[in-house]
Amino acid sequence: MSVSGVPRHWRSQRERYRLLGTYCENCGTSFFPRRKICPKCRRKGRTREVEFSGRGRVFSYTVIHVGSKTFDEYAPYVIGLIELQEGPRVLSQIVDCKPEDVHIGMEVEVCFRKLFEQEDGGIISYGFKFRPVDDSWVEYYGKLLAEKKARTAQT
Amino acid sequence: MRVGIVGYGAYVPRLRIRVEEIARVWGHDANSYREGLGIEEKSVPSLDEDTATIAVEAARNAMRRAREVKPSEVGALFVGSESHPYVVKPTAATVAEALGLTPSLTAADTEFACKAATTAIQACLGMVKAGYIRYGISIGADTAQGAPRDALEYTAAAGGAAYVIGAGEGVIAEVEATYSYTQDVPDFWRRDGDSYPRHAGRFTGEPAYFEHVINCTRILLEKTGTTPRDYDYVVFHQPNSKFPLKAARELGFEDKKLHPGLLVNRLGNTYSGSSLLGLAAVLDVASPGERILLTSYGSGAGSDSFSIRVTAAIDSKRKLAPPVIYYLDKREYIDYSTYARYRRLFKER
Amino acid sequence: MRGTGGFSKRGDHGLKREVAIVAVGATRFGEHWSKGLKDLAWEAGVQAVEEAGISGKDIQYIVFGNMSGGMFEGQEHVGALVADFLGLNPVPATRVEAACASGGVAFFQGYLAVASGMYDLVAVGGVEKMTDVEPGQATEILSAAMDYEWEAYFGATFPGVYALMATRYMHDYGLKPETLAKVAVKNHYHGSMNPLAHFRNRMTVEDVLSSPIVAHPLRRNDCCPVSDGAACVLLAPLDEAHKYTDTPIIVKGVAQASDTLSLLERRDICTLNATVQAAEKAFAMAKLARRDVDLVEVHDCFTIAEILALEDLGFCAKGEAFKLYEEGETYVGGRLPVNTDGGLKAGGHAVGATGVKQLVEIVKQLRGEAEGGRQVDEAEIGLAHNVGGSGATAVVTILSRR
Repeated sequence: MSVSGVPRHWRSQRERYRLLGTYCENCGTSFFPRRKICPKCRRKGRTREVEFSGRGRVFSYTVIHVGSKTFDEYAPYVIGLIELQEGPRVLSQIVDCKPEDVHIGMEVEVCFRKLFEQEDGGIISYGFKFRPVDDSWVEYYGKLLAEKKARTAQT
Repeated sequence: MRVGIVGYGAYVPRLRIRVEEIARVWGHDANSYREGLGIEEKSVPSLDEDTATIAVEAARNAMRRAREVKPSEVGALFVGSESHPYVVKPTAATVAEALGLTPSLTAADTEFACKAATTAIQACLGMVKAGYIRYGISIGADTAQGAPRDALEYTAAAGGAAYVIGAGEGVIAEVEATYSYTQDVPDFWRRDGDSYPRHAGRFTGEPAYFEHVINCTRILLEKTGTTPRDYDYVVFHQPNSKFPLKAARELGFEDKKLHPGLLVNRLGNTYSGSSLLGLAAVLDVASPGERILLTSYGSGAGSDSFSIRVTAAIDSKRKLAPPVIYYLDKREYIDYSTYARYRRLFKER
Repeated sequence: MRGTGGFSKRGDHGLKREVAIVAVGATRFGEHWSKGLKDLAWEAGVQAVEEAGISGKDIQYIVFGNMSGGMFEGQEHVGALVADFLGLNPVPATRVEAACASGGVAFFQGYLAVASGMYDLVAVGGVEKMTDVEPGQATEILSAAMDYEWEAYFGATFPGVYALMATRYMHDYGLKPETLAKVAVKNHYHGSMNPLAHFRNRMTVEDVLSSPIVAHPLRRNDCCPVSDGAACVLLAPLDEAHKYTDTPIIVKGVAQASDTLSLLERRDICTLNATVQAAEKAFAMAKLARRDVDLVEVHDCFTIAEILALEDLGFCAKGEAFKLYEEGETYVGGRLPVNTDGGLKAGGHAVGATGVKQLVEIVKQLRGEAEGGRQVDEAEIGLAHNVGGSGATAVVTILSRR
């Protein structure tokens, strides 16, 4: 990614950090990446910025074993085409899982990661990646409180 | 006015390396480290994780719990760390941008070894109390450095915790009092341009950690007219399992009050995240009305102590984000060569 | 038809005259360590000029495809550079860029230049010098043909984007890696008979399936190589073609279409809509049916791309093309010979030159001049299909012997 200068990284930074897209209030369609105009409604469209929920499903995926120069250090890494709950798709890495566990239809959620570092002390580029949805943490609170009760009972 | 924590959040990267694996590589006696430091394993950041990404994840969890807080109401954000990705360019600005808090806030990175974020919590408390801001966020996060083969390598870990500070009904844990204790003590340092910190061995104990943690806590107790019996939990900075246990005993806290917030044996030392992750683990289980005593420690050296009282608001907010124990359980072990790759210890040219 | 990519209102597309290919030239595709971009362009250009029996000075306009002289060689402004090196100043020379479809798009422009009546002899070329950079660098440069901001920036590679199509296609239609491998096996078989091919070794399904993974499910032998090479065709009005050749090859139809650069904005990622659109127009213009076609050159940058192409061009229904491979129907001698020169996979892929190289092969086949036992019997009509990026540009050209 040495070909582009700093302003270029900065320009789409907000969308990369927060998974922002465009929503048309006229037809209720969401778009990613951002659009100036709703292609369905044209002049009648009323578009505004939207922050996506960050949840979606894997529509397709691949495991990159030979990366470009910038990304080769991270190989093997998973690239997914992810269909967001709101409809649009994004292309992103899927992390925090074994590549062989990724499958079409898998539920994923957004996370914040380093995308790459420019060579020779250049800037670090951050942005969204996805990880498998794991809601198992909800169960913990019941367990934690039961354990606490048991402890109190002992003393 | 009731001022304190309106939301908290934790984050720990998923990779772990065991003490045995590090000891195997260097021909060390694993048992002496396991028992000497009271540590089994430590967290390791992936190649794509650093202090900024950990801080964002922790802060997003904190904002989930601080559900009444609108991004535009956050007036300050601080990231305390000794592994900021840039020497010059604030992690705090990246985190604020990722949380959608910009541009109407003040933000800065803080550094005071492992207590940079507790100091920033004090700053937030002050600004909220003075009415300068409605809410402030302080995050302690590190991808801690420990030189290969150094004793620190066994403990230097990655993780972080974030606290949204504010006032009013949303406060889940009121900060009743805070006190700090600071002196110039060269127990642990990293010069500009060096990759790893150096430390003064056993000198890091009595004149450094214990001098500050114990005195800071003792004075806070005196000032507030409380005793260890008044607290249900105590959390100290935890570079290993032994130091906080020894400090707690010396101050007269029962061991069982320390255990809920003592994570180092499974987590390692997350530096700026250390005591704040311990506090988060306590908030995961604390009941309304319970009191927590927190004392951080930063080499160089200083401690910040806090007397905290949990409120009824905690019950509805706690379950809005994952507890610390979830992160400790969600792990994947790596060997030392993978660790070396992820920590970029190999010289490629 | 405004805004829909249609033709002008006169039903004859508003063109003044028919166009023929009167001469061709091509270098071998491969690693040309001793030749630079100018040398390659020279080699292909001189062959075509000699074949036509003309002087270079007879050429009125040069248009050629080159994807990225700037990033591969640090050299832009290659239009004038090539014209000058061929000693043709002040002939106008235009470099055209549409990623891997640069050659096909150059041909479309050259065709328009002759058909419009503007020029009577036009050289259409394609050239790419790719091996001066390291492979990782080449991967990065090729990534520029995708959406930079939302694909390459997140770590997608070219093989990766086609792998996304392959994963989904396998999921939706039940294609197996073994069948996909047969695309490469067939192309290497054809390549073994083509003296200009990058690879001339034959290959088994096992060879493909045991090659290292590049982007799951695509392995190294599912991917075309990075090649140096150039190709050239000379275009003249059909009614003047006999001045240059006894076997003019007529351009019956040629059409170009566009689609999103990024895969993420396409609802159906198993269809390259630009190919569908270009094929419809080219066949309509040629007034020909799919069954009239005797052989095709399709853009098999990856094995999956060849399967998708046969469906998108209308030779098979969606989800059906791979069955042709199970039955061996795409070999020379089969029902629909595909990529008789070895395609991109074995023939090589010098990105900007590929679209023109495909035409060179079709011309040889229609003239009955294909060497090495790969000649398709009584080939009358051939189709070439050239794709840019992951399908943002497609050019379909239909050539006929009469």
